[in-house]
Amino acid sequence: MMQKKESTFLNMALSLLVITLAAGFSLGYVNDITLEPKAKAKLAKKVNALKTVLPEFDNDAVSEVVIVKPESAKDSIEIYPAFQNGEFVGAAVTGFSEKGYSGLVKIMVGFTLDGRIYNISVLEQKETPGLGTKMKGEKFLRQFRDKDPSRYDLKVVKDGGEVDALTGATITTRAFTEATQLAYNVFVEQKEQWAVNNEQ
Amino acid sequence: MNKTLDQKQNFLKGILKENPVFVMLLGMCPALGVTSSAFNGLGMGVATLFVLLMSNVVVSLIKSQIPNKVRIPAFIIIIASFVTVVEMVLEAYIPFLYEQLGIFIPLIVVNCLILGRAEAFASKNNLFSSILDALGMGLGFTIALTALGATREILGSGSIFDIKFVGEDANTFILFILPPGAFIALAYLAVLFQRLTPKTS
Repeated sequence: MMQKKESTFLNMALSLLVITLAAGFSLGYVNDITLEPKAKAKLAKKVNALKTVLPEFDNDAVSEVVIVKPESAKDSIEIYPAFQNGEFVGAAVTGFSEKGYSGLVKIMVGFTLDGRIYNISVLEQKETPGLGTKMKGEKFLRQFRDKDPSRYDLKVVKDGGEVDALTGATITTRAFTEATQLAYNVFVEQKEQWAVNNEQ
Repeated sequence: MNKTLDQKQNFLKGILKENPVFVMLLGMCPALGVTSSAFNGLGMGVATLFVLLMSNVVVSLIKSQIPNKVRIPAFIIIIASFVTVVEMVLEAYIPFLYEQLGIFIPLIVVNCLILGRAEAFASKNNLFSSILDALGMGLGFTIALTALGATREILGSGSIFDIKFVGEDANTFILFILPPGAFIALAYLAVLFQRLTPKTS
């Protein structure tokens, strides 16, 4: 068996140098080969979310994204316009709130042309499994579908609104409705630029 | 003692006699943090098993080249590298699991189970024994985390591996998916484990 290296200054510096170098290069290599699949996975997630929240569309919504930054929001918001046979049929808008039980809740809300919610998909969240995560569930999302936020009060019942909160996760529900409201405000502000073309 | 029997012991000790979670109480941070469902526990267990196996292999191979006084930083660099690899691979190929485990993946680095095995076993034993040790310990950890996750999921969400067996509105013990429930469930499982495993003294 080989003799254990002695702990001289040179030996210690050299062995750490070799180990960090080897680690650095191998990490760089793995990073290189996972870069593309990582981007693909992200894109696939986005496309999937778009398909669930929007009515049928035939344009490449992902590449036609418009990014705006409302003054009231901390982060920028993405709007994906959807067209079917050249007609503007609606748009998916990302909304977020930092008032979730564990911070950021990011959702994508699909609106039809007349401003009604078509469907909602949760993009990012760190809520409590089994409580807050139920916001992904059909039972919770159902109450938002086909609602026009200008007539439907996007607030939890407890706060005087019309949204039924998740059991034991009122905070999550508040964040969710706040994010939806934000998405709606942006949609109303922005939809004209596409809707105008429909009448021509 | 017979050599093959010795190696069998070497493998089995991680699952039973020296189970990292139920007996040695190592790696409590992921064991309590991510086990809100059986699937999360399983995912965390497998990720840890992989890092443990790779770090044991590498440490065992280069042990004679690492001067004694810098062995801990050397081990940590090796472990951290494999954890980063796991993180990148999960993000690229299993994004669903990556999202579920979240912050707990980078925290595998500070799982004392992995450093503990590198220090106490791999740096003193040959490659084959180190692999068996890592497999045994990793499996013991995975089984423990899955059991803990399953217990908490059954009691807290009324489901197992996301398959629900109670109605949508049923009242479940929400306590068990919250942090205090993790401690309670772990304590009872540890007691049960001690009861069921044969004593050797």
